Amino acid sequence: MDILAEARQATKVFGTFTAVSAVDLTVGPGEVVGLLGANGAGKTTLIRLLLGLLRPSQGDIRLFGSAPSLATRRHVGYVPQTLGLYAGLTVGENWAFTAAAFRLAATPVPEVIAHRKNELVAGLPLGAQRQVAFAVALSHRPELLILDEPTSGVGPLGSARLWEEIRQAAGQRAGVLVTTHNMEEAGQCDRLVVMSDGRVVASGTVAEITGGRQAVEVRCDDRDRDRAFAVLDAASFPVQVHGEALRAGGTAPAVAELLSRAGIDAAVTIVPANLEEAFVDIVTAPAAG
Amino acid sequence: MTWGLADVRVSRDKKIILAGVTVPADPSRVTVVVGGDGAGKSTCLRVLVGLLEPDAGTVRRPGKERIGYVPATAGLYVDLTVAENLSFAADAYRLSGSERSRKVSELLEQTGLGRARHRLGGHLSGGMQRKLAVGLALLHSPELLVLDEPTTGVDPVSRADLWRLISRAAVEGAAVVVTTTYVNEATRAASVVLLEAGQVLASGTPDDILRNVPGAVGRQDGAGRPGPLSWRRGNSWRVWAPAGRLPDGVQLVQPDFEDAVVVAALAGETGG
Repeated sequence: MDILAEARQATKVFGTFTAVSAVDLTVGPGEVVGLLGANGAGKTTLIRLLLGLLRPSQGDIRLFGSAPSLATRRHVGYVPQTLGLYAGLTVGENWAFTAAAFRLAATPVPEVIAHRKNELVAGLPLGAQRQVAFAVALSHRPELLILDEPTSGVGPLGSARLWEEIRQAAGQRAGVLVTTHNMEEAGQCDRLVVMSDGRVVASGTVAEITGGRQAVEVRCDDRDRDRAFAVLDAASFPVQVHGEALRAGGTAPAVAELLSRAGIDAAVTIVPANLEEAFVDIVTAPAAG
Repeated sequence: MTWGLADVRVSRDKKIILAGVTVPADPSRVTVVVGGDGAGKSTCLRVLVGLLEPDAGTVRRPGKERIGYVPATAGLYVDLTVAENLSFAADAYRLSGSERSRKVSELLEQTGLGRARHRLGGHLSGGMQRKLAVGLALLHSPELLVLDEPTTGVDPVSRADLWRLISRAAVEGAAVVVTTTYVNEATRAASVVLLEAGQVLASGTPDDILRNVPGAVGRQDGAGRPGPLSWRRGNSWRVWAPAGRLPDGVQLVQPDFEDAVVVAALAGETGG
């Protein structure tokens, strides 16, 4: 089977509000797909459709080739943003509870969390809680992993360790669907799907999504940089500090002219947009049609 | 250093929370404190704004009325509208007359909340709430602006808006200290402090930190973990050689900020 999870023209309407609109999405074995979107773009609703927690108003959802059901749920590992752990149980008890729910033979608590086996989940730092939620979600060797902002609030080393496990699961042919607001993390995915207002507005590899998009980079003397920022900002150019340079929206000639009129000596060049800039560009563009 | 922390120590119930932490805060500059959960970031800020007395060390801050502070989980009234929040804060800061109306309308415009001015704080999206909270802290043009994880869980569009507010405050003269778990936000700063388990792993300008990554960082493909001093980057692995000699078959790379932060954390763990 080549496709683990699929949405075909999936639409979900709540009253008069269309949360998900004609979305196509596939996740294949061994593939890490990043689902990006602003808050309220419809990512969580799409995930709930894929899990079978909601039924589409129109279109079709297929999990492992059939409609989502309790039977397909057995093959999915899901880590919601809220982690889905029992805070009042210990790490070992959470592990045992999940094993019982999936009717797995008693298995030892995995090494990464074993040293915390007897600690209450509520007392663990967030990074450790995420690690537990992750281990629990992987315990029944799911074919599909769905992770809603798995590293939010976790530091760099903690994130790198979680990604090690995500990649390991993908290496064993699991498909992974992961949402994130962290563009660095998005860059680690094999493929990205960008949602805005319930629709898919871009999809492909990072290179395909950023491809051709540009930003305007402004370099000037340290002393002039604050003034350059103020001038661009006052003229409503979306300007951002980027290392020792500034990056702005708009066109290079317009930026250069504005700065030169303010008497600021600056090098203005066009550079390839990074993923974050491309994302902002895509989701803030006026809707087509 | 105009404001900030110097060699600050804090412990609670015999547990060390901050073990000699220095965080500079200078006018017109943004200092970003990067670290994971439990690193001690919030404690640093609480000491800086005077909510927590350190066991040792020096704290320099302006008078309370010259500080703007937004904690990680609050900073606005959920049962007041956007306009009422601004009005309440303006009263608290005793702003009046033209100064008051000028600042309020300026911040409504800069936060992009003008059209949401009659919505309840609690009904705003996460990103809008953070923008409002930062806006409230800016209302009295503070000399020291202190923000605890203003962008955690916020989407990139709102994050760009927030950073524009933050950079603008610095350009207008404020000393700004911001904590974050997003490593790439260090590029927004004039000064960066990498914090882990209450210790400063590295600090300086973003360029200093990149220049001073110890040893060598390399890239290796393949499924298996190359060794203990390695971590995932997308499809491949990064490998750190503290003494600078990478194993055969590992390709040397120029470390980026994320590499620098992970190396600093690994060096801290191995006591190197």
